[in-house]
Amino acid sequence: MSGTFIGMPKFQTAAKEALGNSQQRRNLQHATGTIRRKRAGVVDELNNWDELRQAGAAIKDNVLSHLDTYLVQLEESLTQAGATVHWAADAEEANRIVTSLVRATGAEEVVKVKSMATQEIGLNEALEVAGINAWETDLAELIVQLGHDKPSHILVPAIHRNRAEIREIFLREMGQVGTPPPTGLTSNPRELAEAARVHLREKFLRAKVAISGANFAIAETGTLVVVESEGNGRMCLTLPETLISVVGIEKVLPTLEDLEVFMQLLPRSSTGERMNPYTSTWTGITPGDGPQDVHVVLLDNGRTDALADQVGRQALRCIRCSACLNVCPVYQRVGGHAYGSVYPGPIGAILNPQLRGTTSDVDQSLPYASSLCGACGDVCPVNIEIPELLVHLRTRVVDEHRGGIPSGEQIAMKGAAWMFSDHRRWEKAQKGAELSGRALGKKDTIGRLPGPLSAWSDARDAPTPPAESFRSWWKREKGDPR
Amino acid sequence: MSTRDDMLTRIAAALEGADRIPPPQREYGATTPLPDIAATFVERVEDYRAVVERVNPEGITAAVAATLTRATRVVVPPGLPREWVAALDGAEVVADDGDLSPDELDHFDAVVTAAAVGIAVTGTIVLDHGPDQGRRALSLVPDVHVCVVRESQLVGDVPESIAPLRHAVDAGRPLTWISGPSATSDIELERVEGVHGPRTLHVLLVSTDHPLPPA
Repeated sequence: MSGTFIGMPKFQTAAKEALGNSQQRRNLQHATGTIRRKRAGVVDELNNWDELRQAGAAIKDNVLSHLDTYLVQLEESLTQAGATVHWAADAEEANRIVTSLVRATGAEEVVKVKSMATQEIGLNEALEVAGINAWETDLAELIVQLGHDKPSHILVPAIHRNRAEIREIFLREMGQVGTPPPTGLTSNPRELAEAARVHLREKFLRAKVAISGANFAIAETGTLVVVESEGNGRMCLTLPETLISVVGIEKVLPTLEDLEVFMQLLPRSSTGERMNPYTSTWTGITPGDGPQDVHVVLLDNGRTDALADQVGRQALRCIRCSACLNVCPVYQRVGGHAYGSVYPGPIGAILNPQLRGTTSDVDQSLPYASSLCGACGDVCPVNIEIPELLVHLRTRVVDEHRGGIPSGEQIAMKGAAWMFSDHRRWEKAQKGAELSGRALGKKDTIGRLPGPLSAWSDARDAPTPPAESFRSWWKREKGDPR
Repeated sequence: MSTRDDMLTRIAAALEGADRIPPPQREYGATTPLPDIAATFVERVEDYRAVVERVNPEGITAAVAATLTRATRVVVPPGLPREWVAALDGAEVVADDGDLSPDELDHFDAVVTAAAVGIAVTGTIVLDHGPDQGRRALSLVPDVHVCVVRESQLVGDVPESIAPLRHAVDAGRPLTWISGPSATSDIELERVEGVHGPRTLHVLLVSTDHPLPPA
């Protein structure tokens, strides 16, 4: 996946560091609070929201269970409309295809529409190696790119930055790669947006090649759909001569009519608006309008692995709205970087281990990056049962570690099973705990434990054992029940 | 094996034994009844901080002129009724011949177009880029977009909007859905109007069936 995240530590380690960043916590608290209120407001306006969510889930389930048929249909429609279709099994192949397409045009730079798929495959880094500059044109992506930073949210990748930080990044970096910001730039969001407008306009007007993703790809007509706000998407999709779109294979919708469901679900769930400012659709090549050289790269990159998991495949319904991030108490406190992927938050915790497998430390730890409170599942516009999938993936991680040298946790669990299976052993253990509780004196929580136990105690504060257990109190007050 | 065949084989293998789920039973294109569809449309478009005016058919020319008093160069699609821009005083009006480059378009102050569909509940205007709307770049690069929508083009909500747009998609034309002026929520998730698309959206809603109530 994206080179920017290679070698990430496990979630719990990264989270601990992120929790120390109080500025980021304040920024996130403010931003997610704003968006949660807006989303709730516009969702409440519709009296058929649950019916829409069910329809969204049902359409996606239909697509996923006939994905081979729909992809072939999409390929046919696209080809008929004048687009060239490419298939990419993984990130490396997709990057190779895009790089050679850009090279064939002779262009040394491309403008980019915000796209999760191209971030997922680390396309910008691959283009850079090939000597091609990729300019991100979404405001938040621009902030991340200019700040040499990593995205921390699906919709608003610079959500961890506040206006003062954004101003500093613009003043420091913009002039190095193009039109500098005006002198006297303040941190007023309106002025910051204006600086981005001027900076990027020059790039839009001269660009020969654009790269996008797609929110939806309609099999029946070969129509691609991009949903956006700023108009940078329209600029990229309209002005250049060549357009290359990298589309995950799960983005297919059967018919144009299906848009009626998703164009109601997505804007309300993502930015909390009745409708996003701009949606563009294009069907291959339109003579005299827009790019006359149109390519679509259909991307697997782990999606067929997720599809093979009967329980896990519903994660492929995801339409990248990020509502689950905005309601997640864990995401709100640790931010997006700790998840080690362009897909953070609850959806990232179930998507990454399925797309990338569970071999790395970070992917093994992600299913545990949740308190299982269930808020994510409640807001998901396509009814992905995120908490259930987290538990499912925890089981997978545990199963993969069976056999070999048992871990400390496995030994402790074996010991606990032995102790709980006989009431006499349990009472003895409680006696032991009472004694240790008295030994701890007036402290009411256990802090750091020594040695291997620290892995457990570092992540939580446990209450000290009580001076007397309920069972022994009952025996003392009411006599032995037997 | 080609990557294409390999991917299709992997998908077939992943789905082996899985239930093939049929498309949902859904009444597509259902209507959303509204007591006053035009009033809802106006209210919702204004909510995005666009300017909306209601005019009679014979009032379009004067309203366009009143809106563009400060424009010096205006571009229009080839199929736009020319009388709509007939009263522009002192402004150069250029009908797009398809050859204007992005740079040349950047030297126009404003564009005037018609529309294909207006969606009341979401306050959305859809362009299907027919002759009175022009190619996409026209309604994108100039900073002011004056868009003329007829009341007869209004539908209640998104489901009703697809049917009137289908013929354009089947003909290979693009669509542009516009809900207010260009905006961003990327700084602290607070909405700011005006980034790359037109920063001013001025909508003229033309009554088609009944006269306007007295002001």
